Amino acid sequence: MRDVAIVAFAQSAHRRRTDELSEVDLLMPVLHEVLGATNLKANEIGFTCSGSADYLAGRAFSFTMALDGVGAHPPISESHVEMDGAWALYEAWVKIMTGEADTALVYAYGKSSPGQVRDVLTRQLDPYYVAPLWPDSVALAALQAQALIDAGATDEPALAEVAARNRFAAADNPYAQLTGDVPAGGHLVRPLRTGDCPPIGDGAAAVILAAGDTARALCERPAWIRGIDHRIEAHGLGVRDLTDSPSTRLAAQHAGAFERPVDTAELHAPFTSQEVVLRGVLGLGDDVAVNPSGGALAANPIMAAGLIRLGEAAARIHRGQSDRALAHATSGPCLQQNLVAVLEGESAHA
Amino acid sequence: MPKEPVAVVGIGQTKHVAARHDVSIAGLVREAAVRALEDAGLTWSDIDAVVIGKAPDFFEGVMMPELYLADALGAVGKPMLRVHTAGSVGGSTALVAAGLIAARVHRTVLTLAFEKQSESNAMWGLSLPVPFQQPLLAGAGGFFAPHVRAYMRRTGAPDTVGSLVAYKDRRNALKNPYAHIHDHDITLEKVQSSPMLWDPVRYSETCPSSDGACAMILTDREGAARSPHPPAWVHGGAMRSEPTLFAGKDFVSPQAGKDCAADVYRQAGIADPRREIDAVEMYVPFSWYEPMWLENLGFADEGEGWKLTEAGVTEIDGDLPVNPSGGVLSTNPIGASGMIRFAEAALQVRGAAGDHQVDGAARALGHAYGGGAQFFSMWLVGAEPPAG
Repeated sequence: MRDVAIVAFAQSAHRRRTDELSEVDLLMPVLHEVLGATNLKANEIGFTCSGSADYLAGRAFSFTMALDGVGAHPPISESHVEMDGAWALYEAWVKIMTGEADTALVYAYGKSSPGQVRDVLTRQLDPYYVAPLWPDSVALAALQAQALIDAGATDEPALAEVAARNRFAAADNPYAQLTGDVPAGGHLVRPLRTGDCPPIGDGAAAVILAAGDTARALCERPAWIRGIDHRIEAHGLGVRDLTDSPSTRLAAQHAGAFERPVDTAELHAPFTSQEVVLRGVLGLGDDVAVNPSGGALAANPIMAAGLIRLGEAAARIHRGQSDRALAHATSGPCLQQNLVAVLEGESAHA
Repeated sequence: MPKEPVAVVGIGQTKHVAARHDVSIAGLVREAAVRALEDAGLTWSDIDAVVIGKAPDFFEGVMMPELYLADALGAVGKPMLRVHTAGSVGGSTALVAAGLIAARVHRTVLTLAFEKQSESNAMWGLSLPVPFQQPLLAGAGGFFAPHVRAYMRRTGAPDTVGSLVAYKDRRNALKNPYAHIHDHDITLEKVQSSPMLWDPVRYSETCPSSDGACAMILTDREGAARSPHPPAWVHGGAMRSEPTLFAGKDFVSPQAGKDCAADVYRQAGIADPRREIDAVEMYVPFSWYEPMWLENLGFADEGEGWKLTEAGVTEIDGDLPVNPSGGVLSTNPIGASGMIRFAEAALQVRGAAGDHQVDGAARALGHAYGGGAQFFSMWLVGAEPPAG
């Protein structure tokens, strides 16, 4: 097994609207920042992979223009997942594991502001039986929240506490969109209140991966990927236990998350109730710093929010604030698909 | 530690047609996957991960359809990755799947690509105007026709070459039971008298819109040893990308295509592709791209590609058969078209291509491209395992 690490991370300031910016405009500063942190140029990177979704841009092949922002000439070795950038990072990690590349640039972006994101996400659902009914993303999350309440796993005040704690943590995060004392608000879809739901926003993020000594040369304290895995569940909500997340548990097992305790966890839980599910499945105690960035409740640029969890966890290790961190990303309604990575600083490995 | 060798042990396709009204998207992909599993002599439980690709989600109106397709593809409880690199996606998807095995992350992977174009309108899907961005208003044909014209002007190719390619590919398609267009009355005159769509591209020199799926089972050395049929071995694979538009971009022969081919040949130890490669499955959505890509891929010198086509070199019984399956010109479920090229190359070296088998094909190239001729993916497969 090659040792691969996240050596640099950059993100945009996430905002409700960025009408004045194209996707490339949104992405360029982030790409420059992450490359600048390592002094690498685009054509020195071994492999590039991105994550985004055409449906946010409202047009086919939207990522082809984003590539212009990379400065991809001379031609680069490059790929794209129509998923959250966390899965682009996974593809890039595999590429480095084959030995075909020593470094990788991973980026992701999403502009939710041009459309109605709750409506847009309904298009992810079974196109014949479910999507025509337009059940939106908040309504589906509310089903999951109600299932948790019915099972006695949480209640509305506890959910409000999750929201408050995340947004309080986000006060220290200059990139976050929603921070501090955010009111719980009225019910959006029972039992979820506006405060239980993520902000809608635009944003971008990028990381650089490197192997072995290259990583050590590029970063003082690389965040080594000790394990990374992702799993998917059935699509139909009727065949899933929404109070559980077996795919997260399986991914965590395969990533080695349960072998030793972690000190930090960055969870991609856009809804407060989803943090309850993930904490339980991952067995995170009160001694673990969960979402010190504020998580997706503070900023949820769709398709980048998962990659940001990996970046935030890595940045904690870079800064010496964490020795062993768990990062999680999700995709699909009600935590259908989940990715877990375990990151460690050098000292924790020795 | 060197990479794990990757073998193709199962291939499945659907019969490609204009509209599969009898199946859902899930039914369509499952049909191809089941055929690939049967070919490999494996069951769903043998599969460690699924890598799925297709072209834009707007073509079926489903955002990130892998979520909905997880059940149909036996992916529940497994890793599932969704690749999207425009028209090259079928090839890229196979390469991402191969990477999982080469890196020893997984041992046996199902990879699949599909398009069910009948559920939408590809022309519309490619023509949505967006602020800030260059609109692609006339679908793919309108974008590529000027580049074909540039090729003709640059090389002095006679305007008959395009119809020769179409005539050849449509005849080859008659030998391929899975091909979409089976025109039993095809003649060269018929191609030449078909309506002009985007000058110089005629109706019969244009790919159809197809519903279809293609699946492959990729596995490691141990998995290949258990395979009931001869595997195809991956000797080289690469992707290259360049921006859509930039000063100095050569749309006739993009640098990314040249670099991608050169990387694949280097990996496979090929010095003279024209002599050392026995069959080519090339992404030719408009007939003129055959001579163009012959040059771009190093099979002919610059300006000489059309001469190979004109001399019959690329015929199925020629010296360098191109698209013995009938190619994209006869079958185009867009997101699957690249994977079909990769799979057809593998069928050739497995000796399993049936009536469109090229005699003694031991090494074959699968090629795909996409976007504004900016994304390239290719692999070279052989009948023998790679050295080392």
